[in-house]
Amino acid sequence: MSWTRVCEIDDVEEEDVIGVSVDGQDIAVYRDEDGGFHASEGHCTHERMLLCEGLVMDGIIECPKHNGRFRITDGKAMGAPVTVDLRTYPVKVEDGEVHVDLG
Amino acid sequence: MSTSADLPPDVRRIVVVGAGECGTHAAMALRDKGFAGEITLIGRESVHAYERPPLSKGALAVDELALVHPWTPEQLEQARIALRLGVEVTDIDLTAGTVTTSTGPQGAGEVVPWDRLLLALGSDPRRLEIDEVTYLRTHEDAEALRALLRSQGHLLVVGAGFIGLEIAAGARERGMDVTVVEAGPRALGRIVPEEVAAQVSALHDAHGVSLRVTTTVAGLRRDGDGLRATLSDGDELVVDAVVAGIGATPTTALAEAAGLVVDDGIVVDAALRTSDPRVFAAGDCASFPDARSGGRVRLESWRNAHDQAETAAASMLGQGKAHVAVPWFWSDQYDQMLSVAGLPGTGERSVLRHRDDGVLLHLGLDAQDRLVHAAAVGSGASVAKDIRVAEKLIAAAVPLDPTQLMDPGVPLRSILKAATA
Ligand SMILES: Cc1cc2nc3c(=O)[nH]c(=O)nc-3n(C[C@H](O)[C@H](O)[C@H](O)COP(=O)(O)OP(=O)(O)OC[C@H]3O[C@@H](n4cnc5c(N)ncnc54)[C@H](O)[C@@H]3O)c2cc1C
Ligand code: FES
Repeated sequence: MSWTRVCEIDDVEEEDVIGVSVDGQDIAVYRDEDGGFHASEGHCTHERMLLCEGLVMDGIIECPKHNGRFRITDGKAMGAPVTVDLRTYPVKVEDGEVHVDLG
Repeated sequence: MSTSADLPPDVRRIVVVGAGECGTHAAMALRDKGFAGEITLIGRESVHAYERPPLSKGALAVDELALVHPWTPEQLEQARIALRLGVEVTDIDLTAGTVTTSTGPQGAGEVVPWDRLLLALGSDPRRLEIDEVTYLRTHEDAEALRALLRSQGHLLVVGAGFIGLEIAAGARERGMDVTVVEAGPRALGRIVPEEVAAQVSALHDAHGVSLRVTTTVAGLRRDGDGLRATLSDGDELVVDAVVAGIGATPTTALAEAAGLVVDDGIVVDAALRTSDPRVFAAGDCASFPDARSGGRVRLESWRNAHDQAETAAASMLGQGKAHVAVPWFWSDQYDQMLSVAGLPGTGERSVLRHRDDGVLLHLGLDAQDRLVHAAAVGSGASVAKDIRVAEKLIAAAVPLDPTQLMDPGVPLRSILKAATA
């Protein structure tokens, strides 16, 4: 396990997503409505759009480009146009800071 | 998901005509919904479904055209969809319940029986009565257009609809001079409200496109290596190529010949059923009753093709609900994205929301102050979230407070939360 600090909890609003870059790699960090944090690769699997301007609602991130939908907990692609799941990463929150394990 | 045991017992064979965005999605959706019978998908084009939107966008910028296929041939095979590509359906026999196909790469034409039939025939570019003009619908058209684009020279685009403007942007980015002529008084007349269209026109102006409204091409003739275009105002332009994006007409001849009711599209009810209860139509070719406006509409949009594929698949299996999806459309020009939800022109009045980042959100309200339409253009995906929330507000169909909608300090999301609470 190698944890990287990516942001503070207050950087992400509830039911929202931000984009962070870790060693040049784009990561999307989500906060769900219960305050839980999740992380996935930063780009949509359809046409590689950055997900950080997408809408998070009811545990789903919608890609801002063509509304491809993924479940934020495990990256599952919820149907056309997205057919390939997002890669997700383990997340832990410590002392108000969010850490991601990119493996 | 239901099991095939729930399905009407008389539905064993489903034929889908048109293997494009809508037809292919419908075939896959039938399996998702538990249909275990035979599915035959028949398409005139020789390749399996590919997305058309990139053809007027990314495809113009890259050296090699790589088609985006929503499904791989393996996925279609795994779903046991019998794919007949490169063949055209030439006849529908409603009495016998069959379609007849043309001779194709795999051999002689055949007669294919069906219990349910879906027509997802798409639309065809409207054409000018002038030769030497290129149009854009298929991947072959895209190859032909790509061959005309170069780093210099002059391209004349006929029509300032979204396809014409996307091509204009692509050609400018390649380095060509671009003139766009538009018969109407402004760009994007059919799709977006004036305030947003003005921003799109300004964007093209800033990129050096010459946009000439209320202007048409009166004549075109070869002149050496180029083409000499005579415009309706008498001006002459010498250009290297002419491409037109002047709208599309629904592909309906087949349905009409079969005796189905056609009126600017194959006429369907809210469950996408045609005048024959065993036959359905969806996508660009279908004219359906829009519950919100009360009018009949035909949409030419990528997401409508998906949404209606879902509705049609459910209807064919007797699980049908009325089609209620909110229309949504986008276009990419330069580094900007235009996004539109709902039906333009259906509102009683409009309110404008000026965001702090300069983006203007145009919101159309009906007489009860319910949101019916939203449009905006902005860099990258910056308008996506607001338009998506607006779409949910349109679906919620509840009266809203216009002053809140106008106030960029009140997040649209909180308006949505309150509206759906
Ligand atoms: C260049 C371009 C750019 C676009 N960009 C956007 C965009 O940015 N945003 C957006 O929302 N929408 C866009 N669209 C619109 C979108 O692509 C269409 O609305 C969508 O493809 C419609 O799907 P469809 O299945 O109804 O029709 P199609 O995808 O056209 O499929 C119909 C198929 O049926 C076949 N067919 C017709 N008759 C027969 C027959 N008798 N027998 C067998 N096969 C037959 C046709 O050959 C065709 O392959 C764009 C369209 C084009 C052309
Ligand atoms: S790029 Fe994400 S849905 Fe298309």
